Amino acid sequence: MAERTYLQAISEGLRQEMRRDDRVFIIGEDVGVYGGAFKVTQGFQEEFGQWRVIDAPLSETAIVAGCTGAAIMGLRPVAEMQFADFISCAWDHLVTVAAKQRYRAGTPVPITVRLPSGGGFSGGPFHSQNPESSFAHIPGLKVVCPATPADAKGLIVSAIEDPNPVLYFEHKHLYRRIKDEVPEERYTVPFGEARVHREGDDITLVTWGAMVYTADEAAQKLEEEDGLSVEILDLRTLIPWDKKAVLESVEKTSKALVLHEDTRTGGFGAEIVATIAEEAFEHLDGPVSRVTAPDTPVPFSPPLEKAFIPQVEDVVAGLKELAEY
Amino acid sequence: MATGTAVDVVMPQMGVSVSEGTITKWLKAEGEEIAADESLLEISTDKVDTEVPSPTSGVLQQILAQEGETVPVGTKIAVIAPEGSPVEAAPEAPPEPATAEAAPAPDKPPEPATAEAAAEADQAAGAEGPAEPAPQEAPPAPAPAPAPPAEAEKAAGAEGEAPTAPKPEEAPAAAAPREAPPAPAPAPSPPPAEAEPQPEADGDGRREGKFVSPVVARIASEHDVDVSQVEGTGRGGRVTKKDILKHIESAAPAQAPPEAAPTEAPAPQAARQPAPAPTAPAAPAGAGETVEPMSAMRKGIAEHMRRSLDTSAHVTTTFEIDLSKVVSIREQLKKEYAERHGVKLTYLAFISRATIDAISKWPWMNAELRGDSIVVKSYINLGIAVALEGGKGLIVPVIKNAEGMNLLGLARAIEDVAERARSKKLMPDDVQGGTFTITNPGGFGAIHGTPIISQPQVAILDVEAMVKRPVVLTGDDGGDVIAIRPMMNLCLSYDHRLVDGAYAAQFMRDLKENLQTWDESAY
Repeated sequence: MAERTYLQAISEGLRQEMRRDDRVFIIGEDVGVYGGAFKVTQGFQEEFGQWRVIDAPLSETAIVAGCTGAAIMGLRPVAEMQFADFISCAWDHLVTVAAKQRYRAGTPVPITVRLPSGGGFSGGPFHSQNPESSFAHIPGLKVVCPATPADAKGLIVSAIEDPNPVLYFEHKHLYRRIKDEVPEERYTVPFGEARVHREGDDITLVTWGAMVYTADEAAQKLEEEDGLSVEILDLRTLIPWDKKAVLESVEKTSKALVLHEDTRTGGFGAEIVATIAEEAFEHLDGPVSRVTAPDTPVPFSPPLEKAFIPQVEDVVAGLKELAEY
Repeated sequence: MATGTAVDVVMPQMGVSVSEGTITKWLKAEGEEIAADESLLEISTDKVDTEVPSPTSGVLQQILAQEGETVPVGTKIAVIAPEGSPVEAAPEAPPEPATAEAAPAPDKPPEPATAEAAAEADQAAGAEGPAEPAPQEAPPAPAPAPAPPAEAEKAAGAEGEAPTAPKPEEAPAAAAPREAPPAPAPAPSPPPAEAEPQPEADGDGRREGKFVSPVVARIASEHDVDVSQVEGTGRGGRVTKKDILKHIESAAPAQAPPEAAPTEAPAPQAARQPAPAPTAPAAPAGAGETVEPMSAMRKGIAEHMRRSLDTSAHVTTTFEIDLSKVVSIREQLKKEYAERHGVKLTYLAFISRATIDAISKWPWMNAELRGDSIVVKSYINLGIAVALEGGKGLIVPVIKNAEGMNLLGLARAIEDVAERARSKKLMPDDVQGGTFTITNPGGFGAIHGTPIISQPQVAILDVEAMVKRPVVLTGDDGGDVIAIRPMMNLCLSYDHRLVDGAYAAQFMRDLKENLQTWDESAY
């Protein structure tokens, strides 16, 4: 074990896969000479050369389209979107081609698209979004949202190994802020298995990504102040998502709250809430609730951004409301 | 909301079957101020003792039923005057709409009188999508010139088109108004047909304490708990999952899954283990004593047993049965039943089948005394007593229409109810409507019992242990011989009010005959 930041863990996972498997290559804007906008691939070009760490032109369409072709030909491309927000430019190739290829032609498309996402540093409307639910809606794509350094490493490896297009949402706010013990050897973290971040009996809180930490702070506060015991499930992957773990926890607690940094309407929380309502109805002792960002673009102004992104107090209020119900 | 008419306080319905309640104590005196949901009085019903919260804020104007009085549910017991209104001035009846109320305050937009009118007005105004609906709750608006409701609503709908509610932007602009103002409906509104004061909803618009969540409903039905008996700690006194679980736990300390008695290893009906530590002592414990509250089931059993003894004239008769034939047939069939049908063939199945056959000849064993009438049933709903684990508690699932079942059907049905008793899957209907009961404490070695009849039945058969005994038989040569035989005592308690000794003995004789000369082809 070694202590790694979230960013270092991603970097280490990528490097180990690059060393292990010649088919793996990286393509993105400024990933080579510059080492990536966030320095995830720093030193990669020196080690692996410019044919495996490719600086792409400023065209997400070209990056994802190139990856799709390379994957069909048997390679294992890892694309970096400089910001997750820019993936909209690659929507057509990702959604129309990559996601459907296996279904239409039986050809696997093992591409990994790294998506630095999320806000919290005043990045404004184009550099702060969490568009995971848009892609969770597309059959044929997988969606991964690690919260811890250990999961970040294990999931990037699983993403590269997976024969399908995988969208790997890495939360920018966690990059250097979160540090933890990470196994040094190569390992994978399976898709579709939630992690119990905190055990509890009173309320189930389902979340992922950076919100795991917001949830944890809120749960800690409520435990100290109100003796409330909150169980936090970190989904880790949204497609597939661990329905079983969520339903089991809800059967235990009978109250559930879903927390996400993405905006509310059509957010992935809605899917979870609906599933709980459908499949755990007779176990419910309160309305299945959501704490999310409001349905607006991400504000640039720091106080407004703070009002936009769910804060510890918001989660505390949501949990209390549910506890008192 | 508190402006306007006085609010009546009525005796609440504290359970489906509760029809009246006794006022134990008034917690407020006349003239005292009270807040909504603050406890107003204590009442006692045959199901529950509880505090009654005030339906509204105001001043307790008048107490209409004194402490110690018992009144039917729904009876008006007090009047609460709205805040700020003169206490003395108000006579008993809530004041009829006064002119001050009839004229809406000029600075307030008139509100639609009914939710329907509001919705219609809303719709007409095109306020769709994220706009908040117009207030659903409208005060009973007194109208100086009442119009028939339908027409008034139509008028409201038509007029509602004129003022246009601001339509929220499609794009979620930060400045977009979150709430559309209520669409005004300026038509004079009739009062609701029944301007009965209703308990005020709390801040969230929920009716206090009445909502039963899915999980609570499910637990209540699984444990046969009346939710209105459970003290609620949720919002507005709602019964939460924790509340009902706590209630069940404190009511039944032996919460381990019930164990079915009527199989190979029946449980005794008497407690064999020391009581666990009390969860909520109801009375102070003396030295060396532990105290625990009676579970609802225990109370039910206690009441029923006492009532049965007070009702029926219990007599018990015992017959010795030689089960040699049954033992050998069971040996032959056991394997086939298990392999072909997946059913365990128990002695209880044989005894049940033989009992049903005997009942067909002695129908009063399957009857009921209803007033001065003897009610004989053509169907046999066979109750099978199942002891809960540790012998604490007892449940009697009923096999409906057992008269139509052969040995296999009965074996299957017994296994089914036993299994469902064990896994707590019995439905209320499964334990009702029995016409004859069999109880089976013999598995623990009991050789004699005097069971108590389950009312309103007239008989209960107690199945004792099968033991090998030396018995004196008549040999082939006509002389006495001693043989070892599997013997079992069957004890029948019957209600001598209906069934006489000779009748019961003949029933038992036939039952014995059925078992001792078991005819394989007949069953």
